[in-house]
Amino acid sequence: MDNMIEIRWHGRGGQGAKTASLLLADAAFNTGKYIQGFPEYGPERMGAPLTAYNRISDTPIRIHSNIYYPDYVVVVDDTLLESVDVTAGLKETGAIVINTTKSEDYLRKALKGYKGDIYTIDARKISEEALGKYFPNTPMLAAIIKVAKIMTDEELLEDMKGSFKHKFAKKPEVIDGNMKALEMALKEVKKI
Amino acid sequence: MGIRERLSGNEAAATAMRQINPDVVAAYPITPSTEIPQYFSTFVANGSVDSDFVAVESEHSAMSACIGAEAAGARAMTATSANGLSLMWEMIYIASSLRLPIVLSLVNRAVSGPLNIHNDHSDAMGVRDAGWIMLFSENNQEAYDNTLMAHRIAEHKDVRLPLMVCQDGFITSHSIENIELVEDDKVKEFVGEYHPEHYLLNKEEPIAVGPLDVQSYLFEHKAQQAEAMENAKKVILEVAEDFEKMTGRKYGFFEEYKLDDAEVAIVCMNSTAGTTKFVVDNLREQGIKAGLLKLRVFRPFPVNEIAKALSHLKAMAILDKASSLNAAGGALYEDVTSAMYVNNYHVPAVNYVYGIGGRDTKADEIEGVYKDLLEIAKTGNIDNPYRYFGLRREAK
Repeated sequence: MDNMIEIRWHGRGGQGAKTASLLLADAAFNTGKYIQGFPEYGPERMGAPLTAYNRISDTPIRIHSNIYYPDYVVVVDDTLLESVDVTAGLKETGAIVINTTKSEDYLRKALKGYKGDIYTIDARKISEEALGKYFPNTPMLAAIIKVAKIMTDEELLEDMKGSFKHKFAKKPEVIDGNMKALEMALKEVKKI
Repeated sequence: MGIRERLSGNEAAATAMRQINPDVVAAYPITPSTEIPQYFSTFVANGSVDSDFVAVESEHSAMSACIGAEAAGARAMTATSANGLSLMWEMIYIASSLRLPIVLSLVNRAVSGPLNIHNDHSDAMGVRDAGWIMLFSENNQEAYDNTLMAHRIAEHKDVRLPLMVCQDGFITSHSIENIELVEDDKVKEFVGEYHPEHYLLNKEEPIAVGPLDVQSYLFEHKAQQAEAMENAKKVILEVAEDFEKMTGRKYGFFEEYKLDDAEVAIVCMNSTAGTTKFVVDNLREQGIKAGLLKLRVFRPFPVNEIAKALSHLKAMAILDKASSLNAAGGALYEDVTSAMYVNNYHVPAVNYVYGIGGRDTKADEIEGVYKDLLEIAKTGNIDNPYRYFGLRREAK
């Protein structure tokens, strides 16, 4: 299955990495793809390292194992760089997207010489500005969709508007903030 | 032609239950099946079903309530996992011996202890001799489809046995994947209404259900149960044929994936079959004649059909996601090798116990099994048939 994209998410319990992987599955589904979105369930507790996965393909997906050789990795919390081998198996033709404000030197060292593309985004700043709270998953979702070229910026914004209306049916006041977070993230994610 | 959707395995099972709209659902939550009664109770609250939802205080009571409802003449469903099924144990046997076609969604999980909430098949294997029809599902689509077919099989007058639809906890129950749903009205027509022949609330025919059954009768009743299980084979295929007419999706006792011309093959159930198909495709590209037999109908066990389908192989591996802890093979291995023996086929066969307690099943490991089989096919040397993969020590 050459056309299959595999994505691994690293986050901490409570940051929404699982939700982000499910939203990404939704978004890719809406472009007509076959998708998988699933978290690796451990003892679920706030702050514990958590992994979630996505597969996106033009043909039906049969494999049901975790992802060991991802095309893309998303790191929602940069404190994980010191405790989790986030680039394990990551293809050098792929990329890693990190929510961080740390220096290029620090990141290159932490990623142990990973030769693929490294993208960064300050999801904290975006989230706090757009939502008034720290929910990094929305900006990270936009960042990976842009980096992995899953859809255009316009398609993403249109699609997520629908998803948010559904997801936040009981608190519509957060929809505009989430849309703003997406827009800012699309502009601010950058390759180092 | 169907509705394109994306649902988790639990959502798929709950959606099937909504479309079936049973008279009674009685359930107690347990991970990873909790979401099924949770979604279903939402359907009840929204009025999208008119089922009576009974929030009982334990799984023993959940099965008891289903038994009471079915005996009264209603269609009853429930869902559980692992220790929930263990707590139902007494009532599981009563449901089948009273010939009540209850349908249970079993989201497979390790039976404790020590406490483990993750996937393996030890819950299902614990009830394999309890007189329930047992269907296994590779993914959300099959969990959904099997549930839609369940009542037609279980309630058939020649069968009248309870039925459980199994799927892998977390691996499929909590994974969002594409699915093709059948329209509500088509499901309603396909499943049909339930009109039991004998039931407690029939005032024209007062009956007793489940009274004392002493030395002079129980044996005959058990033989009738066994006969019903045999009859289920024919009905399962008939229902599958009707289902194919409605959806185009074909089901049998098992799926043969590139098995016809295979020299080596794996026999397994549930989500591992998907990963195995992925590996078979890769091996075929390298010119290796690998195949898969994915068992769907574990009870009744299709003894002759499975033996025939495997008879041409040079070597095969049977994968058990539950250890029988018996100093011999896993349950599936014993059934398959026994089927081969009574049909007088001899194919070198090895057993791998794997994936216990949610240990991830990797494509590389499945590929390793095929490599082992090629070696066995070449040398004829099995050495030890009782093996593991994915275990963190050198297997004996």
